[in-house]
Amino acid sequence: MEILSLLGDGMLLALQPLNLMLIIVGVTIGLFIGAMPGLGSVNGVAILLPITFLVPPSGAIIFLAAIYYGAMYGGAISSITLGIPGASTAVATTFDGRPLARQGRASLALVTAAIASFIGGTVANVFFTAFAPLLASVALSFGPPEIFALMLLAFATFVGLGGDDIPKTIFSICFGLVLGAIGFDQISGAPRLVLFDINGFLQGIGFLVLAIGVYGIGEMLWTIEQSRGDVESTTPKMTMKGMAADTAESMRRGWKGTAIGSILGFFVGILPAAGATPASLMSYGVAKMVSRNPKDYGRGNPDGVAAPEAANNSASTGSMLPMLTLGIPGSPTTAILLGGMVIWGLVPGPMLFVNETEFVWGLIGSFYISNIAAVLINLAFIPVFIWMLRMPFTILAPMIFVLSIAGGFAATRDMFDIWLIVIFGLGAFVLRRFDYPLAPAVLAIVLGPIAEPTLRQSLLLSSGDPSIFFTRPVAGPITVVALILILLPLLKLLRRGKAAEGAGRPS
Amino acid sequence: MSFTKGGVFKAACAALIVLSPLPAVAQDWEPRRPIDFTIMAGAGGGADQIARFLQSVAERYDLTNRPLVPTNRGGGSGAEALLHVNSASDPDHTILVTLNSFFTTPIRQDNLGIDIQTFTPVAMMGVDPFVLWVHVDSGITSLDQWLETVRGMNGDYVMGGTGTGQEDSIVIAYMSDAFDISVNYIPYDGGGAVARDLAGQQIMATVNNPAEAKGFYEAGQFVPLVAFSDERLPAYPDVPTMIEMGHDFSYYNQRAVVGAPGMSDEAAAYYQDVFTQIYESDEWQAYLESESLSPLWMDAEQQRAYWATQVETHRALLAALGE
Repeated sequence: MEILSLLGDGMLLALQPLNLMLIIVGVTIGLFIGAMPGLGSVNGVAILLPITFLVPPSGAIIFLAAIYYGAMYGGAISSITLGIPGASTAVATTFDGRPLARQGRASLALVTAAIASFIGGTVANVFFTAFAPLLASVALSFGPPEIFALMLLAFATFVGLGGDDIPKTIFSICFGLVLGAIGFDQISGAPRLVLFDINGFLQGIGFLVLAIGVYGIGEMLWTIEQSRGDVESTTPKMTMKGMAADTAESMRRGWKGTAIGSILGFFVGILPAAGATPASLMSYGVAKMVSRNPKDYGRGNPDGVAAPEAANNSASTGSMLPMLTLGIPGSPTTAILLGGMVIWGLVPGPMLFVNETEFVWGLIGSFYISNIAAVLINLAFIPVFIWMLRMPFTILAPMIFVLSIAGGFAATRDMFDIWLIVIFGLGAFVLRRFDYPLAPAVLAIVLGPIAEPTLRQSLLLSSGDPSIFFTRPVAGPITVVALILILLPLLKLLRRGKAAEGAGRPS
Repeated sequence: MSFTKGGVFKAACAALIVLSPLPAVAQDWEPRRPIDFTIMAGAGGGADQIARFLQSVAERYDLTNRPLVPTNRGGGSGAEALLHVNSASDPDHTILVTLNSFFTTPIRQDNLGIDIQTFTPVAMMGVDPFVLWVHVDSGITSLDQWLETVRGMNGDYVMGGTGTGQEDSIVIAYMSDAFDISVNYIPYDGGGAVARDLAGQQIMATVNNPAEAKGFYEAGQFVPLVAFSDERLPAYPDVPTMIEMGHDFSYYNQRAVVGAPGMSDEAAAYYQDVFTQIYESDEWQAYLESESLSPLWMDAEQQRAYWATQVETHRALLAALGE
């Protein structure tokens, strides 16, 4: 019961007028930073870090954590309304959020995102409060072979992600992996695949550049082509009654995705090097894989919005765990928060929980309060976001274009990335015409740069012996499950091919 | 140390008044747009922590009229950052936070076409020492014991670091040569990841800056065996130095700020003034002490001379590494 009293004290600290105000302001800022394409929690936290000197450390981290939370909620907004991922963590939200919006059901998608985020965040908070020190040791037991096994598992869920056309899915994965390999090699430091000797390729291709190209520009071109410029504008209405109905529907149709995202997201989040982006993508894949109607995914299934949104909130709380218990960042944003703690004169590391009880529990308490504040503020703004959708497409399309370009530039401030976005947008449009699934490529560019170094580190550890992935107690079972998942659809494909041959029909 | 808002403001004003009698040229030039503050390493590591610390001190005392905008460009052992700064379109608004890869990367990759002497010296904020760490569960408490263990494992002793040719690998290469040992070296993408995997015992030992290992040391998980500094580190008085053990070797990571090639003298004077103020701030002095950095203040000319000697030293060290 000691934990409960510590948590109670922490919540009281978070509810002090100054801290409560910081939470509300932080969540609101985060919501809008998250909703801006290109800008995510990393940028928000980094930009606002220096001004936190004006308040005591506990207030400062509460403020930054509130921004982090708000951004996780906000990312979904432009993913759903405009089809441009608001942040890297919200790319998976576009898969089903955008089709829902095009069917005039944007309010259902937005409400689902908000509620799934709330539940994901709350589940993660409870895990965090109850088991933090125990889970920290789980995080440490994940060395390179375990992380690689986990990435393999994630790739296995992709195979089910691209519809039934497995060869095209594999092509898409390989394309993403190649894009992810461009730039400096992490292990040897040598430059790779610097196409045409253009220096811009040295820094590699950012995940966001591909995502904005594919989903911002590519989606816009696709819409124009499909409708021949005559886009039927949906007129979504927003009433209190409608919102209540949407809430009920999102609970009914999105509970499974929410449950998967909340739990899986948290565990992926606490692992070093992973963070909320892989967590949300993996949760989407798993939700689709276990669903009875996987074909509904990508066509506007609320479960496909709930899974990644629950996961990215859950993972962002999860990634605070290694930061607070071990002093190790679990995501790029927590890396910056950690820098903040040094600036405020705290020593991150295993002793923080012991030496700075008030700070740690004040922060955990603030997670609960921020989560409630974020869901309320988000729901309150939904009518505003819906209103944006009622603009005619002739106004919306140029807006999407400008936001895509500005968002891509804001992330790296490099003109080269803008050209890449345009090229990827055109390429995505062409590939889509030929029914190539693009989500697996986007996933591969995120996970490839995590999988490749861990594979090589593992093989260095074992002097080149691949059995390291099977003999280690944690890596072994994960690898076996991943291999089964990859082989199953391939076997099915082969059998179907044979059956078709047997019947004398060309397949 | 506690500050009230008024106190901070007064202290800042006082600092400005005390430090302002500089040549008139320094006041003539001021940044006209946000300053590109490139970091030669990824987010979360030692260099990143320092860069964000410097930024926050500048912000706290309002030392720059336009904000410093930190960007991590850690790819290719800092090659990405060097190329970015080397070809900066606006050298007056581009500065770089450096490590020793400022010296080693242009030597190892001479096709990059980087000549560091064309860069503009701004400030040497301090040098970061290295320490050999093991996990407490290994039971090793002295260098002799460690050497015995490493020799007993015939090259299977696993050490982690930030990559061949990087600072820690130079130290490990020195030890391999001096003590005739061989280890299995696993590269990671930053000192933070290395510390994490030592804490999880995925690897057996590391050579790391105190700043990155301190949290685990205070929790009793890491044991320092030997410091590669000139003198014993004040925060680790019981840890012997390599020099005491009769081996004339010390190695530090530089924490310096440099300007882009082609920066105007006025702009250079401006940034030198800003970083001198940061260097003299109570916050930075406290940071140097708590993270075991050694002060090594130099003016611009001394920095250029220091670069030249460091390039020669590293050329020899890398040649010994077989790079």
